[in-house]
Amino acid sequence: MDNILHVSSSPHVRAKDSTNRIMAYVLLALLPTTLFGIFNFGPKALLLIVLTIASCVATEWVFEKIIHKKSTISDLSAVVTGLLLALNLPVTLPWWEAVLGGVFAIAIVKMMFGGLGQNFMNPALGARCFLLIAFAADMTNFQTDTYTGATPLAAMRNGEIINTMDALIGRTAGTIGETSTIAILIGAIILILLGVITLAIPASYLITFVIFMLIFGGHGFDMNYIVAQLCSGGIMLGAFFMATDYVTSPITPNGRILFGICCGILTGLFRCFGANAEGVSFAIILSNLLVPMIEKITIPRAFGQVKEKKEGK
Amino acid sequence: MGLRTFKGGVHPFEGKDLSKDKPVEEYLPKGDLVFPVSQHIGAPANPVVAVGDTVKKGQLIAEAGGFVSANIYSSVSGTVKAIALHRVATGDMVNSIVIENDGSYEEVEYDAVEDITALSKEEIIERVKKAGVVGMGGAGFPTHVKLSPKEPDKIDYIIANCAECEPYLTSDYRRMMDQPELLVGGLKIVLQLFDNAKGVLGVENNKPDCIAKLQELCRDEPRIEVVPLQTKYPQGGERQLIKAVSGREINSKMLPADAGCIVDNVETLVCIYRAVKEGKPVISRIFTVTGDAVNHPRNFYVSVGTNYAELLEAAGGLKESGAEKMISGGPMMGFSMFDLNVPITKTNSSLLCLSSDDVSHLEPSACINCGRCVEACPELLVPSRLAKQANLKLGEEFEKWNGMECIECGSCSFICPARRPLAQSIKTMKKDILAARRKK
Repeated sequence: MDNILHVSSSPHVRAKDSTNRIMAYVLLALLPTTLFGIFNFGPKALLLIVLTIASCVATEWVFEKIIHKKSTISDLSAVVTGLLLALNLPVTLPWWEAVLGGVFAIAIVKMMFGGLGQNFMNPALGARCFLLIAFAADMTNFQTDTYTGATPLAAMRNGEIINTMDALIGRTAGTIGETSTIAILIGAIILILLGVITLAIPASYLITFVIFMLIFGGHGFDMNYIVAQLCSGGIMLGAFFMATDYVTSPITPNGRILFGICCGILTGLFRCFGANAEGVSFAIILSNLLVPMIEKITIPRAFGQVKEKKEGK
Repeated sequence: MGLRTFKGGVHPFEGKDLSKDKPVEEYLPKGDLVFPVSQHIGAPANPVVAVGDTVKKGQLIAEAGGFVSANIYSSVSGTVKAIALHRVATGDMVNSIVIENDGSYEEVEYDAVEDITALSKEEIIERVKKAGVVGMGGAGFPTHVKLSPKEPDKIDYIIANCAECEPYLTSDYRRMMDQPELLVGGLKIVLQLFDNAKGVLGVENNKPDCIAKLQELCRDEPRIEVVPLQTKYPQGGERQLIKAVSGREINSKMLPADAGCIVDNVETLVCIYRAVKEGKPVISRIFTVTGDAVNHPRNFYVSVGTNYAELLEAAGGLKESGAEKMISGGPMMGFSMFDLNVPITKTNSSLLCLSSDDVSHLEPSACINCGRCVEACPELLVPSRLAKQANLKLGEEFEKWNGMECIECGSCSFICPARRPLAQSIKTMKKDILAARRKK
C-alpha cells in the first residue's frame, strides 16, 4: 500500500449527475420533438439538424484551440445548442445559413463571453434572431411541399380559425421543432421527471401569457383561441426548453417566477402588437438581459432570517 | 401528511450497512494515550498533572479553563509521559497530555447517586460540568453551558438529536439499539431541569427499529415523544432539527435557546446520564471504524485518547488495495486526514477509510447556473453565487447574500454537477470575514 492519502475539504462524496449527464438528459427530452420534425418535414430537416450540431461543436472546438483552452465539447452543451437552433429553423432554410447560425451561436453568443455558464443570452435563440434579421425572407419562408399555407400564428393573425388538433399534433407549417405540442410536452415531462427543470419558469411563463392574451388578445374569454395560441408558434418549445436554459435564467427561486412572467408579458406583447406574428425568441432573449436585475431584487431570505426591525422594539 | 423535515437537503449514499449490525466491542487501548486539552469549544483546559505523575483511570488530568470549557479525565491508569503539542484529527497541533498506559486500568471510585430525582437543578448541572460533558456529536460545546440558558422557563423543547444523518456513521444507531435506556435516562435528567419542556427524540425514518424501540421505552413517559423524521441530509443539523421538530427557525446569530429549544445528541445524553447517575466522567464513547477499504468494519467502545491507527488495526486493518482517503467523521462534514497518529477525542465518532477518493478524480468545470445548490441548501442560500463572491473576495456582496448563515453542511458541493468545491470557497470566506471582524 502506498502511504499517500488524499486530503481535501469536505464533503468527500459527490452526487451522480454531472454537467454532461444533464445535457444528455436534455438531448433525450428533445428526441420526440426532433423525430417528429424529421417525420413531418422530411430528410432536409435531418440534414439541417446534423449540420447545425456539427457547426456548433466544430466552432467550439476551433475557438478553444485558437485561444489555447482545454476543449469543452465533451460537456455536450454545444450539441444541445446546435439541436435547439435547428429546431428553431424553417426546413426551407439554405444549409449554409444554418451553418452560419451555428457559428454565430457558439463563437459570438457563447464563447466571446467566456464559454459555458458565462453567456448572458441563450445561444440558440441569439443565433435565431441573428438569422431572422440577416436573412428575413429565408427565415420566414415556411412553404413546403406539404404545407403551402401560412403558419398557424400568421393565419390567426389574419382572423382565420385554425384547427387546434393539427397544432396539437404538429401537422402544420412552422420551424422544424415547434409544431408538435404533444412531442414537446412529452419532452417536458422527461425533463421534469429527470429533475432537469422545475415548473417555475414554464408555468409562470405560460400562465402570464394566457392572462395577457385574455386581456389584450382581442378575443375575450375564447378558450379555443387561447389553446390555439398556446399550441402554435414557438411558445411551448420556448417555455420548456429555452426559457429554462440554466445559464440565462435567474438562479433565485423567486427570480425564476419573475423571469417567467417577463417572458409571458413580452411574448403576449409581441404577438398582439408586434409586426411579426411570432415573438417568443425575442421575448426570451430580452428577458435574458433582465436576469441580473431580477436576481438582485430576489435575493432569497435565508433560513431563520428575520426582517430588519422597522418599528420600536 | 409527510414526515417532518426541513426544506432543501440531499440524499447521499448511506453506507451504514457496513457497520450498523456489528455489535459494539470494548477495545482496551495498548499504546500511549493522548489527551488534547482542547476537545471542546471554548477555553482550553489547564493540565493539573505533571510529567512523571501516576494517574488512575477516571482521574482529572486537566481542569476547565473557564466557564465555557470542560474538564478532561484520563481513560487509563499509567504515568504522564509528556505534555506537548500533538496532532489531532482536524490536522491542527494541540497541547496534549500523553499518558503511558500501564495496562492495569485501575479505576477511581465514582460517587454514584441512588435517586436522581432527589437532586436539585444546580446539583445536576454541577455534576454534568464536573464530568466534562460536551456536545459529543462533533461540535464539542460544553453541555453545562447549554443547560444554563438565561431564561430556563422559556425552554419548551428538549430535543434528542437521534438523526445521525451523516452517511456511514452508526455509533448513535448502536447506542439506540443496545442501550436506549441510557439515552432516555439522559433526556429525563435534562427534562428535570426544565419544568415547561417536553422531550422529543427525533429519529430519521431509515432507522425504524430504533423508532420502535424508543417508542416502546417511552410509552409511559408523558413528557417524551418519539418523532420520526424524513431521512435526508442534514436532518441532524441543529437548526434543521429544530425546524423539523418545532417548526421554529433560528439563524446564525441565535442560540437554540432563543427558540425555546435545547438540542443534545445521543452520545451526549448518554454521558449526561452517566455523569449524573454514576458520577462517571467522559472517558469513553462509541466509535465506528468503517468504509470499503477496511477489512472488518465495526463499532468499538473506545477510551478517549486511543490512537486512530491502533484502532484501525483492531478492525483488521486496511484491505490490500489500500485506502486513498481517510476521514475522521462522516463523508459530508468529516476531516480528511494525512496522518493516523492522532487520538480519539470526546467529539470524534468514526474513522472512515475509502478505497477511492471520489473528489480528486473529478475535475471542476464551469458553473452552468443550474440551481441545484439552491434547491439543496438547507439554509436557503445561493451557494454558487456565494462561492463566486468568495473566490473574488467580495465580502460585502457575500454578506448581503447571507453567506454568513452557511452551516457548512456541504450539500451544495455534493450536488453540484460541475463538481465545483462550493462549500470550500464559502467556508474560507466565512473564516476570513470572522477573522477581519475580530481584528476590528
